[in-house]
Amino acid sequence: MSVLTNPQLWASTLAMTVPLALPAIGGTFSERAGVVNIAMEGIMLIGAFFGVAFSYWTGSPWLGLVLGVLMGGLLAAIFAWAAIRLAADQVVLGMAVNIFASGLTAFLLNTLFGYGGTPPETPSLPFVSLPGLGPVFAHQSVLLYVMLAIVVISHWFLFHTRLGLRIRAVGENPLAADTAGLNVWRLRYIGVIVGGMLSALGGVYLSIGILNSFDVDMTNGRGFIALAAMIFGKWTPVGSFLASLLFGFATALGVALQGQGVSPDLLSMIPYVLTILALAGLVGRSTPPAADGIPYTPIR
Amino acid sequence: MASFLEVIDVRKYFPGVKANDGVNLDVRAGEVHAILGENGAGKSTLMKLISGLYQPDGGEIRLEGRRVQFDSPRDAIRAGIGMVHQHFMLIPALSVADNIVLGDEPGGIRYDRREAVRRVRALSEKYRLSVDPEARVARLSVGLQQRVEILKVLYRRARLLILDEPTAVLTPQEAEELFEVVRHLKAQGIPILFISHKLDEVRAIADRVTVMRAGRTVDTLPTADASPQELANLMVGREVVLRVEKPEQRAGDVVLSVENLSVSDADRRPRVRGVSLAVRAGEILGIAGVDGNGQTELVDAIAGLIPVSGGRITFLGEDVTALPPGERTHRGIAYVPQDRQRDGLVLDFTLVENTMLRDVAHPPFSRRGLLQHRAARAHTEKLLEAFDVRPRDPDRKAGDLSGGNQQKVILAREVSREPSLLIAVQPTRGLDVGAIEGIHRQLLRLRQAGKAILLVSLELDEILSLSDRIAVMHHGQVVDIVPGDTATREQIGLLMTGTRSSESEVAQPSNR
Repeated sequence: MSVLTNPQLWASTLAMTVPLALPAIGGTFSERAGVVNIAMEGIMLIGAFFGVAFSYWTGSPWLGLVLGVLMGGLLAAIFAWAAIRLAADQVVLGMAVNIFASGLTAFLLNTLFGYGGTPPETPSLPFVSLPGLGPVFAHQSVLLYVMLAIVVISHWFLFHTRLGLRIRAVGENPLAADTAGLNVWRLRYIGVIVGGMLSALGGVYLSIGILNSFDVDMTNGRGFIALAAMIFGKWTPVGSFLASLLFGFATALGVALQGQGVSPDLLSMIPYVLTILALAGLVGRSTPPAADGIPYTPIR
Repeated sequence: MASFLEVIDVRKYFPGVKANDGVNLDVRAGEVHAILGENGAGKSTLMKLISGLYQPDGGEIRLEGRRVQFDSPRDAIRAGIGMVHQHFMLIPALSVADNIVLGDEPGGIRYDRREAVRRVRALSEKYRLSVDPEARVARLSVGLQQRVEILKVLYRRARLLILDEPTAVLTPQEAEELFEVVRHLKAQGIPILFISHKLDEVRAIADRVTVMRAGRTVDTLPTADASPQELANLMVGREVVLRVEKPEQRAGDVVLSVENLSVSDADRRPRVRGVSLAVRAGEILGIAGVDGNGQTELVDAIAGLIPVSGGRITFLGEDVTALPPGERTHRGIAYVPQDRQRDGLVLDFTLVENTMLRDVAHPPFSRRGLLQHRAARAHTEKLLEAFDVRPRDPDRKAGDLSGGNQQKVILAREVSREPSLLIAVQPTRGLDVGAIEGIHRQLLRLRQAGKAILLVSLELDEILSLSDRIAVMHHGQVVDIVPGDTATREQIGLLMTGTRSSESEVAQPSNR
């Protein structure tokens, strides 16, 4: 029990939640607009790599953040173009993006920085301690607070703005949206690109939020756990965040229990087991947007 | 009266098809104008041209005298064209108000949901289309969903309302409510374009009617002057027999008898309560009733598709109550299901594959587990010929055929198995007059050939013109079985409400 009362566990739960919640919310944007996005892993890698690279080149981690996020948005835009305009299979496409991003970042790392990896003097984003909230909120990346703000803003955006309503409409029934006079393709581009930028922000967090370096495939499957969190969170920002928190806790617990005879592999299965249960309707039925994954071609 | 919408010599061609080839239409302010035509006559294409989903290849569309060109539905909406699609353009996961205001929501960046609800409520009161703005569309009945569709176009200040086959999905009661709404809208000065292939409803609701055939408009005439026969002939382009001749025939032995049959649904609610009836060789037994009074469950139980909770089904002298549906089929029960596209055909399969579906495990269609394509193909070609299916191409996918031809394929498949009993559920649902006539002829031909036929239909006219005897169901029970040649609409209508004619005379005084 002493493990659970250790504030270190809760602090690291929060730290582990950030790189899950951001791509999970990103995926929510994309899928709410009707584009299945399993490319979060790859987009995160792009964000992580260019975050570090631009942080080093410009000397400013903030510029690194912005440019890393923009590069993620760019990759998402290419993905969106193929998925929306060319009506390509979104799952196959997402997988291609993941493989491409993994290869590209490994190649660029070696070519641009050599085998020594990213330079150790790369600046990273600041850590912030919130006074009066105890050790849990001491020394957390500034992106934790950014992420919490994004949860709230995303929820407000999707469910309380006109644009949010339109994005959801397009993900549910694009033909109905089209006959109501909405621009289906443009709305889907918005969903996918915003989603890509959020995923890339999750990658930036990994490379210059908690570290100041990039490693090959450093996302380590987080994009897929985020996918699970999105589904478990029923395609809502708040749900995605709570699911990420649960999965983040499972990861943190695995680390904390290491050396206490509990295999961390067992705990790392939790996200996937919960996702299967959620999809099977055992832990609260999870239903995707009705037109999720179906390309829309206007009849005219 | 001034013209509100004029369509002048409009043409729209698709590769190999002249969908609209010289269409002329003139909708006047304040009238209900019907467009009548068979399936495939080009009605839907015309509607898509008017609502901006298609652009014409020739001709022009004028709105209040001015020529208009719509490049997208948005343009048409802005010009005041309000289209209510046959397949609803609604988002089930969203609320009624969300659906109605979508595309023109109140608020700035923020969506003012409260204002949306307020506006929708005001609108629904103004046009007497009551519906709860905060309800989720997925929970609404089809009739209510249609109201939402109508409110949607009224919210966009439509000045012309187009209803595309609006009654196709409605129950008779819902259709009557819709007609009330249409009359009310007309009284408010909104012209209505009403697309249909049903003669009676056009005559009931429209001031004038334009008839379309094979991509052209044939004639426009006031409905008051038009007889059903005249309209039907215009639609089909030849003399149509609205009521097929039924030759004298003496019924033979009992083929099917049902004794005290009861069926419950999945929630254990009784749907059929102690029904007994018999069908003889060479007779058509019609089952009439308001939709949902146990007719479907009764015939599904006879076909073996759902289990019975009590009673006995005897077919050709043998008890088949416990037999699986495949075995019943094998013994000679044929079944034409209500939903031909869902239960009758595999739409993505070719006609060859569809016609051998029932017997795919037996020769001549398969030997030693291998399909015999040549035999199947020959069989299909013979059926297409005999039942006049068009196009007569066995390699076409079933989904490419029109509804009437799909039904012919199903009927051909079922009949080719030489059944002793044919169960047909709503065999002419959604078909146009020409196709209905064809199906009716086939049913009568089977009757002449000595088959027993069980016909379930919601169309009273169909029941009356075909049946030798009519069983009327109400609340899961057979209220009465009456001879077909003396039955009247009034008599059957009364029985459908559960009142037995002889009973009502005796029972009424004792109630007081």
